[in-house]
Amino acid sequence: MRTLLLSAIVGGTIALPAQAADLTVQVEIPRLNAAEYHRPYVAIWIEREDQSVAADLAVWYDVDMKNNEGTKWLKDLRQWWRRSGRDHDYPIDGVSGATRPAGRHAVAFAGEAAPMAGLAPGRYVLVVEAAREKGDRELLRLPFAWPPAQPERAAAQGEHELGGVALETRP
Amino acid sequence: MKPLLSLAAAAAIAALPLSAQAHDRFLLPSSTVLSAENAWITVDAAAGNDKFYFNHNRLALDNLAVTAPDGSAVQPQNVSQGRLRSTFDLNLTQAGTYRIALVNNGAFARWEENGQPKRWFGKPADLAANVPAGAAKLQVSESFSRLETFVTLGKPSALTPSGQGLELVAQTHPNDLYAGEQADFQLMLDGKPASGVKVVIVPGGSRYRDQVGEISLTTDAGGKFSVKWPQAGMYWLDADAEDDKTAVKQADKRRLAYTATFEVLPQ
Repeated sequence: MRTLLLSAIVGGTIALPAQAADLTVQVEIPRLNAAEYHRPYVAIWIEREDQSVAADLAVWYDVDMKNNEGTKWLKDLRQWWRRSGRDHDYPIDGVSGATRPAGRHAVAFAGEAAPMAGLAPGRYVLVVEAAREKGDRELLRLPFAWPPAQPERAAAQGEHELGGVALETRP
Repeated sequence: MKPLLSLAAAAAIAALPLSAQAHDRFLLPSSTVLSAENAWITVDAAAGNDKFYFNHNRLALDNLAVTAPDGSAVQPQNVSQGRLRSTFDLNLTQAGTYRIALVNNGAFARWEENGQPKRWFGKPADLAANVPAGAAKLQVSESFSRLETFVTLGKPSALTPSGQGLELVAQTHPNDLYAGEQADFQLMLDGKPASGVKVVIVPGGSRYRDQVGEISLTTDAGGKFSVKWPQAGMYWLDADAEDDKTAVKQADKRRLAYTATFEVLPQ
C-alpha cells in the first residue's frame, strides 16, 4: 500500500498524482473543537454486497503503544471489528498505520497489486468508519464497481467524525 | 462465611420457580466484546425483580466457574460481596470466548416436626445429615440451575455444552448479536433438545420506559427458537423446566433453570 499524505491542498480540491492509482480513497478528518481531542481511529475496507470483507485497506490506530495496547479501542470501530478486525493479529502487515491529524488524507491502491488484484469482478462498497476517544463514531459507505469500465467518482459527506469521503476508480 | 452461606441459601430458595416471591438472578459483565491482547472486565452478580438494577440482593459466588477459550479455569480476582451485588474481576489473556457460569445444584426439603413446618436447602450430599429420614409430610425436590454470560476477546470461539441440566446451545454466537438481526438458539436438557419450553427475554434499561418489553417464546420440537433483537443493549434470558430425572434419591422432582445475559450491539 502506498500512502499519500496531502496536508496542504490549494482551493479545497485534492490533486491526484499524475501516475494515478486505480483506486484512490480520500478521507477528511474534521477539525473539531473538543476540550480534549484525540485523533480518531479509522478503518477503511471494501465489502461485498453481503457485507463480508473483500479487502482491508487501512486501519489507523495507536500503533506505537507498547505491548500493542493501542488495540484496546479497535472494538470501537465496531462494524469493522465485527467484519474483519477480530480475525487479525496486530499489527496487520500493510494495513495498520498511525492515526492521522485533522485534514485531508488520500490512500491509493494499484490495480495490479494486492489487495485490488485479488478482487473478483463485481459490485463492492467502500466503507470508512471512524471512532474517537471521548467522541463519536461515524460510518460512511460508497458503492463502486470493480474493475471500472471508465473513471468513476463517488463521494459522501460525514457529519461528526468524518468530513468529505471520496472514492475514485479508473481503468 | 456463615452469613454468606445462609444468604446464598435464601437467594437459592427465592430463585425456585414455585416460590411466590421469586427474584430473578443475573450476571452483568462490564464488556462483552474486547479487542486488547490483555484485557480486564468486571462482573456483577445480583438478584432482583428489575434486570441489571441492583436493588435487592447479591448472589453467592461459591459455585462460580469461569472457563477460558482453551477450557482451562480462570481465577476470579478482587472478589467482593456487597449488600446489593457481588463483584469480581477477570483478566482475559487468551483470544476467544470465556464462559462465566454460576451452576447451582441443590436439594430442597419440607417436612413437619411436632406439627411445625420445617424446611432445609443445601447440597444434595448434605441432605441425609440435615433432614430426618422418616419425617412427616416430607417433600424433597432437587434444583439444578445455570446462570451464565459470555465475553469474547478477539475472535469468538466455539463453546462446549456441559450436557447437564438446562442449557443453551447457540447457533448464533452469544458475542455476535446485533440489533435488527435474528439469533438462533437451541435449548437442551441433559444434552437433548428441550421442546415446548417457554423462554422469556427481557431487555435491560426498564427504568427508562413504561413497558418491560418482555419477549416470550416457546422452543420448537427440536428445542430451537429464534429472536430478532429489537434494539441494542443488555438482555436477560430465562427458561425453566421441571422433570423427575433427579439424582437425589429422596427427591421426586427436579427443577431446572437456565438464565443468561447477552449483549446486543448496534449496527
